[in-house]
Amino acid sequence: MLSLPVFIIASLIKIVLVIFVLLTAVAYTVWLERKVVGHMQNRWGPSRVGPFGLLQPLADGIKFLVKEDLTPPHVYRPLFIAAPMIAVVCALTSIAVIPFGTAITVFGYSIPMQITDIHIGLLVILGITSVGVYGVALAGWSSNSKYSLLGGLRASAQMVSYEICLGLSLVGVLIVSGSFSLREIVESQSGHFWGFIPKWNIFYGGQFVAFFIYLMAAYAETNRIPFDLPEAETELVAGYHTEYSAMKFAMFFMAEYANMITVASLATLLFLGGWSGPLFGPPLLQAILPTFWFVAKVFVFLFIYIWVRGTLPRFRYDQLMAFGWKFLFPLAIANLVVTALVVALFGTSRG
Amino acid sequence: MLHLVLFLVFGAICVAGAVNLLVQKHPIGSALSLVVVMASLAVEYLLLGAEFVAAVQVIVYAGAVMVLFVFVIMLLNAGEEELTKGSRVAVVLGVPGVLAGGLLVAWVLLRHSGEHTVSLGALPGYPKVIGQLLFHEFLLPFEVTSILVLIAILGAVFLASKPEATPRPTGKEN
Amino acid sequence: MVPISYYLILSGILFACGVIGFLIKRNIITIFMSIELMLNGVNLSFVAFAAQWHHLSGQIFVFFVMVVAAAETAVGLAIIIAVFRTRETLNVDQVNLLKL
Repeated sequence: MLSLPVFIIASLIKIVLVIFVLLTAVAYTVWLERKVVGHMQNRWGPSRVGPFGLLQPLADGIKFLVKEDLTPPHVYRPLFIAAPMIAVVCALTSIAVIPFGTAITVFGYSIPMQITDIHIGLLVILGITSVGVYGVALAGWSSNSKYSLLGGLRASAQMVSYEICLGLSLVGVLIVSGSFSLREIVESQSGHFWGFIPKWNIFYGGQFVAFFIYLMAAYAETNRIPFDLPEAETELVAGYHTEYSAMKFAMFFMAEYANMITVASLATLLFLGGWSGPLFGPPLLQAILPTFWFVAKVFVFLFIYIWVRGTLPRFRYDQLMAFGWKFLFPLAIANLVVTALVVALFGTSRG
Repeated sequence: MLHLVLFLVFGAICVAGAVNLLVQKHPIGSALSLVVVMASLAVEYLLLGAEFVAAVQVIVYAGAVMVLFVFVIMLLNAGEEELTKGSRVAVVLGVPGVLAGGLLVAWVLLRHSGEHTVSLGALPGYPKVIGQLLFHEFLLPFEVTSILVLIAILGAVFLASKPEATPRPTGKEN
Repeated sequence: MVPISYYLILSGILFACGVIGFLIKRNIITIFMSIELMLNGVNLSFVAFAAQWHHLSGQIFVFFVMVVAAAETAVGLAIIIAVFRTRETLNVDQVNLLKL
């Protein structure tokens, strides 16, 4: 256990580092999406600003900062300004309980690669996701325009419905791993079976159905295609962020991509074994390899997100809600019952 | 010391939110201040060690029940309140009455509470222990409340559905 | 080390604010929210007593109170929507058709 001053300094450094890395990751996820979707549509994507368009996020950031921040006259001002802040704060806070790797030793202190490890880590992420609905709902309502209100109501109804399926798909993982703490869930997935297949929850824990439920619920939670009717440009103008411009719109944008990254990190932690992967080389390399594997798996997940975005058409709203309530929800409950039965009959390898 | 400071800070936020709920004229302001009260109450639960209850408070109460309130306020386009004669009478009589009752209770509590103190995180309510209690000793209330929730779902769906338009008999029928 | 009476006083203040809100407000939804505030105040005193006597059933009871409050909110808001559809108003003083 670390002493209090060391803990505070280490936590402050970790917070600054994680926020910096997360914001850069958000910016470059936007770049990645534009490149990948561009190539899928047989065009280049951003390629002029810097080599391979790598400075495009910087140019976008400058544009958002310099653009005129227009507040329409008939909006309900306090909530109009507060809603993007709520969205962004919730999106950035849930990264606090996500472990990026094993503990590293710095100056003799063993510091875990996680801002805080609490017993109820998974519940904290679910709670913050639940509170994030307010950003969307209040943005839609305070904009005082019919497109925004409809888009906001639809988006929040969709998010609330798919939160249930998200939570239920995670309960199977909880039964198999036996703890809410994210670090313990990852550590229970270490090791191999049958020689070379890693004991990830998706293989050995039998949670492949839960993985697909989680995938689809995550697409709906983050309002991405194929579930992005509330914010599609061809539908309700732009849904709940119609009336927003410049920095406030950038905050919604950042919140959406930060949510994507959080959801992808959670998927790798719970289903794909987190930071487990082959370790080799000198000790310095071995200290950073777990984080590298974690980042690689999150990248694969984000690539699948963007791939799906470029490929599938979007659902109509009633199809979307019917899919969530009439298909995913019973499937998640069935997964829960089957997992509970198997664990009760055969026990878990964790005792 | 840290416990006292954190308790006072979040207790002040709770009371400020509760008073704001009374003072706000528009229901959306009251709803959002109630969300603030619930969030700071979750921190108070954490200070007493009830971490599972705090998480459930945020997920269920602040994240679902209050979202439902905000939805209904948006859907029904609730406007600002109007003061009627009845409400003015209630303010004049009710507020001092409740305050007097509250002061009486507070005085009795302070006189008879004795020396009981609680430390930070006094009774850790780990999910594992709560789960075991829920499924062993409190199994009957658990199952009964799940049936209650089912009844509530059915009732809410039925009440909120639009009344079916009865087909009017027209003069021409082929 | 905080005396337990501080938690109980905070719970009492929240409950009193809930009662005052219930009495003076005229909008149905705000009255309903005051009921939720009262329930939250009571929850706090349950958790405080659980911590004082080291008995987890206080926290379990809070769990049940939350579930019941959620169910009650769902049905209550559905009733409010139904009332709004017929009476076109959310002012509780105007829902008085049964008055003599």
